[in-house]
Amino acid sequence: MSADNDKRVRLDVKRSGALALVQDAGRLGVRHLGVTQGGAADWVSLGWANWLLGNAPDAPGLEITMGAGLTLKVGQAGTLALCGADLAATLDGEALLPGQAFAVTAGQVLKFERPVAGLRAYLAFPGGLDVAPVLGSAACTVRDGLGGLDGEGHALASGDVLTAAGNELSLRELPASAQAWQQSLTLEEGEALELALVVGAQIAEFSGDSLFRAFNRDWAVDGRADRMGVRLTGPRLERDGAGMVSEGIPLGAVQVPADGQPIILLNDRQTIGGYPRLGALTPLACAQLAQCVPGTRVRLAAVTPGQARQDHLAALAAWQA
Amino acid sequence: MAGGNSHERGSSPQLRLETVGMDSLIIRLFDRIEESNMAWILAADGALREAFGTALVDLVPSYTTLLLHYDVAALEEGEVRARIQAALENLAPQSGQQGQLHEVPVWYDDSVGPELAPIAARLGISVEALIARHGAHDYCVFALGFAPGFAFMGVLEEALTTPRLKTPRQKIAPGSVGIADRQAAIYPSRSPGGWNILGRTPITLFGRNEAGEPSSRFMPGDRVRFVSVSREEFVRLGGDVTPLEERA
Repeated sequence: MSADNDKRVRLDVKRSGALALVQDAGRLGVRHLGVTQGGAADWVSLGWANWLLGNAPDAPGLEITMGAGLTLKVGQAGTLALCGADLAATLDGEALLPGQAFAVTAGQVLKFERPVAGLRAYLAFPGGLDVAPVLGSAACTVRDGLGGLDGEGHALASGDVLTAAGNELSLRELPASAQAWQQSLTLEEGEALELALVVGAQIAEFSGDSLFRAFNRDWAVDGRADRMGVRLTGPRLERDGAGMVSEGIPLGAVQVPADGQPIILLNDRQTIGGYPRLGALTPLACAQLAQCVPGTRVRLAAVTPGQARQDHLAALAAWQA
Repeated sequence: MAGGNSHERGSSPQLRLETVGMDSLIIRLFDRIEESNMAWILAADGALREAFGTALVDLVPSYTTLLLHYDVAALEEGEVRARIQAALENLAPQSGQQGQLHEVPVWYDDSVGPELAPIAARLGISVEALIARHGAHDYCVFALGFAPGFAFMGVLEEALTTPRLKTPRQKIAPGSVGIADRQAAIYPSRSPGGWNILGRTPITLFGRNEAGEPSSRFMPGDRVRFVSVSREEFVRLGGDVTPLEERA
C-alpha cells in the first residue's frame, strides 16, 4: 500500500446490526439480463451525504436500514458524512445528527441504534467507498449475488473493512433544500405523506370507485416492506380485465395483486412481472417512501410526467452547483 | 410499421406506446404470446438501442412488449415518443434463425425432479414419454427476468400445460428445470419458486465471462433444446446429484 492509501479513512465492522449495504446509483443498462437495478433506496439522501464531502452524488456509500446496533470502529482517521434517517447514531457515545460531515479519529466507535426519524441512513466516504464495480455498479444486491464489498452481494458483516476511495476533501454545507428534505423525514402527528405518482395506461382497467379510493384515502405502509417493494394497506382496489402478459417493471410501479392491496416496487424489484398497475411513483417519491417506517400514512397524488420530470431535474440541479 | 409477411406465422405488430412512469414507456407490439413475436421484438430492440444511444438507460424486452427507460435529463416524453415512432416506422422482423441454439443436458429423475411422476400420471403417460415430449420441442427464449439469467421460454406443447404449484417452494436448487403454464425455465441460482421441477442440468446459466463480468448464457431470441442424459453423464458434466429438497 502506498503512503497515500494509508491515509484513507477506514472503518472496521465490529457488529453488523440489521442491514447495511454498499449502494450507489444502481446497476443500469443490464435489466434485459434479468439483473435488478439496485442502488440507494433514498438516492436523495445518499446524494446529499456525498455532497457534504464534495463527492459525485452517486459515489458508493453505505445504506444503513434500521441501525440495530451496527458498530463501526475507526481504523484510520478521516472525515465522513451522514444524511437521511436519524438512527440514533453516536460517536464514542456522543449523539451524531444526520446532515453533517464529521471528523473521526482512530479508535473511535460509530454506532447506529434505532430509527428516530426515517428508516435509512447514508454514510459517505471521501471519494466514495473503495469497491470494485460489478456490471458498472458497486450496488449490493443480495438476491442477485452482485456488488458490495466482495462483488458477490453480501451485506455488511462483522470483520468487514470499509475504506474510502480517496482522501481529498472539499467540505460543503447543506443548502436549504437539503435541510427541508432532511426535515421531511419527520411527519407531524396525523399527517399523511404525499407520494407523487405518474398514472399508467392500465389505470383504465380499475373501477371508478377503486380509482377514487386510490387517490382520496390514506394508505398505511405495511410491515412487509424491503428493498424489493413496499405493501400498502387500505381500501381494496378492484380491477376488471383479463390476466396480463408479463412485461418490464419500472421503478416505483404500483402493482395491484388479486387481494387489492398495492405493492410499490423499489430498487431490488424483479425486472419483469405480470400484475396490473396504477402507474409508478416518481423517483423522488420512491426515495420518500424508502424512509417510511411501518404504519406511516401515505396518500397517492397524481402528477403529469412533465411535472414529475421538472421536479426531478430541479432536484438534480441542486448537485450541479 | 411494416405489414404482414407471408413467411411469418402469427400477426404483424400494432405499435402502442404507454406511459408507465416518469422516465419509462411500454412499447406494446402484441397482445398474445406467440413465438413469431420474437423476430419483431428483437428487431425493435436493435432499432431502439440505435435510436436512443446514450439516452437509453434500460431496454427490457418481454413476450409482447419492450420497456424503455430513458434519461430524463436528456429527453422529455414527447421527444421520446417521436423517436420511438421514427425508429419503428419501417420495422421488419429479423429473418432466419437469429440467436443461438443451446443444447441443455438434463438428468430427469424423481430425486431432482419431484413433479416428473405426478405430471406423467395426470397426463396418463409414462415418465419416459413425458421426458421425450419435453425434449421434442425447441423452446424460444422470450425474456430474462425474475433473477439474473432466468430465461422465460416457450411455448410448451399445449397438452403439457401445468399450473404453478399452489404453494411455492421456499428454495429451489440451481439448475432445476421446470415448467409452469406453457412456459419452460431453468433456475440459475438458489431461489424460491413455484414451477414444477422435472430434472436438473449441470450447466451454469449466469456466471462470469472471460472478462470476469457476470453474463447470461441465454439471451432473448435464443433457442433451447433439452436433451435427456443419464445420471453418469450428468455427474461427468459436473452435476450435483443431491436431491432437490436437501440441495435446496
